[in-house]
Amino acid sequence: MKLRQDSYFKDFLTKLSDHKLAMIGVAVLTLMILVVIFVPIFLKLDPIKSDITAFGASPSEKYPLGTDPIGRNIFARFLYGGRVSLTVGVLSSLIGVMIGVPLGLLAGYYRGWVEIIIMRLADIFMSFPSIILILVLISVIGPSVWSVTLVIGFLGWTQFARLIYANVLSIREKEYVESARAIGTSDFVTITRYILPNSFAPILVAATFMTASAIIMESSLSFLGMGVQPPAASWGNMLYDARSITVLSTRPWQWLPPGLALVVTVLSINSLGDGVRDALDPKLKI
Amino acid sequence: MKIKYIIKRLLVAIPTFIGITILSYFLASLAPGSPLDALLSDPRITAEELARREVELGLDKSVIVQYFSWFQQLLQGNLGYSFSSNRLPVAQLIADRLKPTLLLAGFSFTLSILVAIPLGVFAASKPNSMRDYLSSGISFLFVGTPNFFAGLALIYIFGVVLKVLPTGGMYDSSGERTLVDLLRHMVLPMFVLSFQQIGSWIRYMRSSMVEVLQEDYLRTAKAKGLRPFAVIRKHAFKNSLLPVITVIGMSIPGLVGGAVVTEQVFSWPGIGSLMIQSIAARDYPVIMGITVLVAVVVLVMNLVTDMIYGILDPRISYR
Repeated sequence: MKLRQDSYFKDFLTKLSDHKLAMIGVAVLTLMILVVIFVPIFLKLDPIKSDITAFGASPSEKYPLGTDPIGRNIFARFLYGGRVSLTVGVLSSLIGVMIGVPLGLLAGYYRGWVEIIIMRLADIFMSFPSIILILVLISVIGPSVWSVTLVIGFLGWTQFARLIYANVLSIREKEYVESARAIGTSDFVTITRYILPNSFAPILVAATFMTASAIIMESSLSFLGMGVQPPAASWGNMLYDARSITVLSTRPWQWLPPGLALVVTVLSINSLGDGVRDALDPKLKI
Repeated sequence: MKIKYIIKRLLVAIPTFIGITILSYFLASLAPGSPLDALLSDPRITAEELARREVELGLDKSVIVQYFSWFQQLLQGNLGYSFSSNRLPVAQLIADRLKPTLLLAGFSFTLSILVAIPLGVFAASKPNSMRDYLSSGISFLFVGTPNFFAGLALIYIFGVVLKVLPTGGMYDSSGERTLVDLLRHMVLPMFVLSFQQIGSWIRYMRSSMVEVLQEDYLRTAKAKGLRPFAVIRKHAFKNSLLPVITVIGMSIPGLVGGAVVTEQVFSWPGIGSLMIQSIAARDYPVIMGITVLVAVVVLVMNLVTDMIYGILDPRISYR
């Protein structure tokens, strides 16, 4: 049993490492995570403290990306903002999995009214622009890093529920599931031992892609002023100031780095997702 | 059979619409603050007057009763009045902003189809070639770039550095409101709003076409000496379009969501900007009105998609 699991995993890694684009994505992401974690520690950067001698300074040796209008170090905010953006992306994707997977399992396994309620709800959520629901929710509970993470994660449940639901429907009629039930295996064990492992590939792939879209969603909300609130930094709220044409045209160092970092991060995660999908199951359509 | 199919789809859309109204009404009712807060700031207001207004607005009843009376009003086309100082009817506020948004979204939708479908077919016509990598690269980049950053970058390039296009708004503040002026203002937001759709549709069009091209009847078409372009145009195109139409229909919510951000970046005076303003001001009647409008638009577009699908694929009608 153990041996077979090892080889499945090794097989996956070998296939993934053949995927050039995915490997570039992994390299970029690893580098980025290391930089945003360790550089602020080594350089003892402070993203919140104002330097009263330098309001809105241009890039210099002391401030590689200058300072913002109230004297905060933009380079420090860029790195701390990266931490926030990456964390929100990963956490909200996990929340989506934690809500969506159990609901999808229940709907697919028990059918009947559970199925109708859960899947109709998923239809309702999916037929509506999520950013509008998120904005309404945020305006109710108030914007912060945690509310943004929770709300994005909460509204991400539908895609996981749908994936798992479809998967369970096809697996539950398989002979090995039938025989497991025939020998009196409990529902819980049937679901966790026989059905869930077979749904692992699509969940992992969808979770990777959701991390990328959650990062875009967080940055969009913060850009609109409804996400991460200053003094905390995120890549999105660093672009908030660039809505003024003066900042946009005269201080590109203030908004270009976080914007480019966003694009590079999302592209890396998406290419990693492509690689994971091809390595696990090339037939998957996500 | 067609009529029956349409009626069936309509019957499915109605509970979804009611579901959305319930969801958003109760969400809004959880919000802190009430319409009476504005009155409380008036020092001359008496307790009796407050109680009278509470009954008048129906706030003394339970949320469920309030929902039903709100829904009844909604069916009669009454969306209520804005909380803001001018107390304008919500329907009028929305109507004023509708045209710019429809204009922007409509042009962007058309542009997305005109760019994405040919590029997807182009990529699929020779898998793993230079043209395939080029279109896939474009698709990858477009999907990965957040709307607001694409907007800022394009404003910077075309509005600030090259100075060939305006940086925001719908018309120049001075001068006449000409069509040329409007189009100049619309170019950038139209492209920015299209990026997400173009990116994802290229991908779906490509994979659908690649799949169809492997079918036996297309091998026959190629074998009888038809040129590759004719094979695609005459035999493969319509079939490969089917799954893409579903995807296009499902992208409508994304298009509406993208419009919220894009309008904000370009100070486009549409529904999206109104939404952001109302949320900042906690103007719930307006927020609810927009939510309901968006729900109706999305559901109608879903119906239209289903019908187009039914026309292109006659088999669907009999299911």
